[in-house]
Amino acid sequence: MSDGNARPLPAVDYLKIPEDGEPYLEGSKCGACGAVYLGSRQVCSRCAARDQMESIRLADTGTLYTYAIVHRSFPGVDVPFVSAVVDLDGGGTVKGNLMDIEPDPDKIQFGMPVQVVFRDALGRKDKEGNSYLSYFFVPRG
Amino acid sequence: MSSDVYVVGVDMIKFGRFPERSVPDLGAEAALMALDDAGLTIKDMQALYCGNLYQANAMVGQRILQQIGQTGIPVVNCANACATGATAFREAWMAVKAEVYDVVLAVGVEQMGKGLLGGGGGGSGIPKEGLLGGGTMPTVFAEAGMEHARKYGTTFEQFAKVSVKNHHHSTLNPKAMYQIETPLPEVMNAEMISYPNTKLMCSVNVDGSAAAVLCSERKVRELGLMKRAVKVRASVLTSDPWQERDLVMPDVNTCTRMAAQEAYERAGVGPEDIDLVELHDCFATAEILHYENLRLCGEGEAGRFIDEGQPALGGKTPVNVSGGLLSKGHPLGATGIANIYEVATHLRGEAGKRQVKDARIGLTHVIGLGSACGIHILEKSG
Repeated sequence: MSDGNARPLPAVDYLKIPEDGEPYLEGSKCGACGAVYLGSRQVCSRCAARDQMESIRLADTGTLYTYAIVHRSFPGVDVPFVSAVVDLDGGGTVKGNLMDIEPDPDKIQFGMPVQVVFRDALGRKDKEGNSYLSYFFVPRG
Repeated sequence: MSSDVYVVGVDMIKFGRFPERSVPDLGAEAALMALDDAGLTIKDMQALYCGNLYQANAMVGQRILQQIGQTGIPVVNCANACATGATAFREAWMAVKAEVYDVVLAVGVEQMGKGLLGGGGGGSGIPKEGLLGGGTMPTVFAEAGMEHARKYGTTFEQFAKVSVKNHHHSTLNPKAMYQIETPLPEVMNAEMISYPNTKLMCSVNVDGSAAAVLCSERKVRELGLMKRAVKVRASVLTSDPWQERDLVMPDVNTCTRMAAQEAYERAGVGPEDIDLVELHDCFATAEILHYENLRLCGEGEAGRFIDEGQPALGGKTPVNVSGGLLSKGHPLGATGIANIYEVATHLRGEAGKRQVKDARIGLTHVIGLGSACGIHILEKSG
């Protein structure tokens, strides 16, 4: 499994890496009320409908809803970083690091358009030495 | 119509760091203090409701009785994140309200380590903190504060003023962990943890315990304890209803708004009738949100509310005159009962230098992230 040529594993289960094609975030949408969730689920927690969930491909664009600039974290975590909550175009909200921007409140605008990008998981590997692919946000436009 | 429920004894230990002591030992101390405050003994208690989070699987309530008297009464151990103490108190209240028991004891106790809470994530694979954004408590509440900034233009300085106020209040509270003034520049220039929360805008992890004796109206009269008794006008617990972003961004607002609405209705009072509030200032940003959630001010007015000093002692609605979680400290399982102690002490007119003048009605509020909201409205009697 530690073969250097092995395909990276997804950092979270809602990140899908197709055999052919680009990685994407997977969500699910309730056929009864339209609520959108990250990943898959059985029951809608908004309307409690069962067996109405449909798997969808979430957009790779969105806008910054809110954020924090993290200066102190656990040992080994690189700081500062911008923890961003992003509303994806077409539905779904996801949290991740906002990259390629100065971690300065004067440089970060609420509502700014962002692009979802897929990159190596900051060099983090599991016990078996596997590499991982994660998702990040970068400013768009 | 069931009878009213009263608090006849309530107390808390001075919060601090007691690594050499055990959780049951800390809980037993507050339990005995509350019993002494009521003039009753453990032999008078018909049930014990114990709130503790970090040893939730370890029968803390029974271990407290092993220290203060094993009378064989039923014990319920509660865990509900930072709403744990309020949940234990509410379980006790419900048992008396339902007329199952006449006199019961509620204890909240916690022993904390230092450092950041939350984050880390679980599961297999690789660590997620700092990879998928941040999940520590200061970060979660920074994001919630920035949501308010987005809507209403609330500033870093306004958030920081909450800490200035609560640290000032704590200088008047001998049971607070800290009694230190922190002027605005000191708060704003303290180490940044998660913008906009600096270190002085984060609650203090401390060890602590608090306890209350709850009693039916009939029993209060029989025991002749009405003079210092405090009536529970409302006890409400909610969880977080579905919100668009809440699986990514824990929602502390909606559950608080629902609980406040129900508590005001049940008590038959409005926010204008509340003389003091102990609310869940786990971070300075959180307190700003709850001014509006509890309707102490209008929507979008929280920044002005703090600018004008309205939540300060002597202001329109004093908030966290104990020093709050920011300076009194936040021993998770004890916090919800320590808040009851603070408000009850004012209603009894026994709060010394920090006494809110002529306090008749007070409100306590806690949030357990994930989420649970507990609100109690208390009224002076006698």
